[in-house]
Amino acid sequence: MNHSIGYKREEPAEQPPYLHPEYRSTALRAPERPLVPLPHTLSEITGPVYGHEKVGPLDHDLTRQHDGEPLGERIIVFGRVMDTDGRPLPDALMEIWQANSAGRYRHEIDNHPAPLDPNFSGGGRCVTDAEGRYRFVSIKPAAYPWGNDANAWRPAHIHFSLFGAAFATRLITQMYFPGDPLLAVDPIFNSIPDAAARERLVCRLDLDHTEPEWALAYEFDIVLRGRNATPLEG
Amino acid sequence: MSARRGTTPSQTIGPFHRIMVPWEGAAELVAPGDPDAIRIEGRILDGAGQPVDDSVVEIWQANVHGRYAHVEDTREVPLVAGFDGFGRAITDGDGRFTIVTVKPGCVPGNGDTVQAPHMSLSVFARGLLKHLVTRIYFPDEAAANENDPVLLSIEDVGRRETLVAVRQEGEGTPPVYEFDIHLQGARETVFFDV
Ligand SMILES: [Fe+2]
Repeated sequence: MNHSIGYKREEPAEQPPYLHPEYRSTALRAPERPLVPLPHTLSEITGPVYGHEKVGPLDHDLTRQHDGEPLGERIIVFGRVMDTDGRPLPDALMEIWQANSAGRYRHEIDNHPAPLDPNFSGGGRCVTDAEGRYRFVSIKPAAYPWGNDANAWRPAHIHFSLFGAAFATRLITQMYFPGDPLLAVDPIFNSIPDAAARERLVCRLDLDHTEPEWALAYEFDIVLRGRNATPLEG
Repeated sequence: MSARRGTTPSQTIGPFHRIMVPWEGAAELVAPGDPDAIRIEGRILDGAGQPVDDSVVEIWQANVHGRYAHVEDTREVPLVAGFDGFGRAITDGDGRFTIVTVKPGCVPGNGDTVQAPHMSLSVFARGLLKHLVTRIYFPDEAAANENDPVLLSIEDVGRRETLVAVRQEGEGTPPVYEFDIHLQGARETVFFDV
């Protein structure tokens, strides 16, 4: 008997390689041997499921975690999580984390000499609704230097972590902002071979969801692998 | 049929996740005093043998009976109240991580095969543009390991042992299984394309 209908495989050009010499930290961390293909068994088509019990009512709003408001440009980040067939993914736990509006993380190992903001921690969580929709409120993060070479700056970005429907669809990625001139020179963004796939990491300004006199809105959809059509596909 | 949408590419977790979105208690799937508790202790080492001190490790596993707490495991095998099968730990300055859990039971493989007790493990770190996936098997399950379809699929027979934890001798409870992860080099751990 066949227990599982697995997930479609990733298209290699749509995902970064492990070894990308322009991103220097990959040199000693990328595996040197080819990965071993793993058939999708019950262990891969199941996965951690977390719903609303992990998330507090204000966890999606990074501007309301302290007594005062953080400095910076207030933003709404929203979108849908779906699979490659367009099926929405409900009840998916998302985590985000980011630098503040000066480009500084609230983390002891970040020694970039930019100010911390006492009203901004930079971490949040939410769960997608029945249509796979999510929404965060935050401030726009700034670029920061990162030591890849003597003058390397990351484009502004928000880190996203997503538990899909299965262990096989776990995703951690980064969302970037449209028109950022640093995208052209960022080795992490440019590690993705396919240009159209790279562009999927750039959110879209959406004036319709912008709240007038309050916050700009950016739309960022996330697409995870879909299921194989039939169990006959190995 | 609608056109296929392209997937969202992976990007590195970077160095900052561990503090920015803390998850209290995630490294203990059961209490250390649980009669079935075991400790998984391991180090993550890079190609120069240096500890990877900024990584996040996640595990996913079945319970002691071999049942996954997930809607797609529909077998009539008991669930265990309070055991969800997911754990997350961070590495310290020595690249070391610790997870307190239970040894899972056997689970079915594809076709008529049976998989030996194992945990699925993901490694996230700065310098990893995509996370790495490996599995932890157990040294006291030699017979099951010899018939495990995934271990058998690793053509380089000598590399299969990189997935088998080492039981630490000693009186201590809970029992400790050591599982070191070598990202590169002669002892490079087997990583899977999932
Ligand atoms: Fe970052």
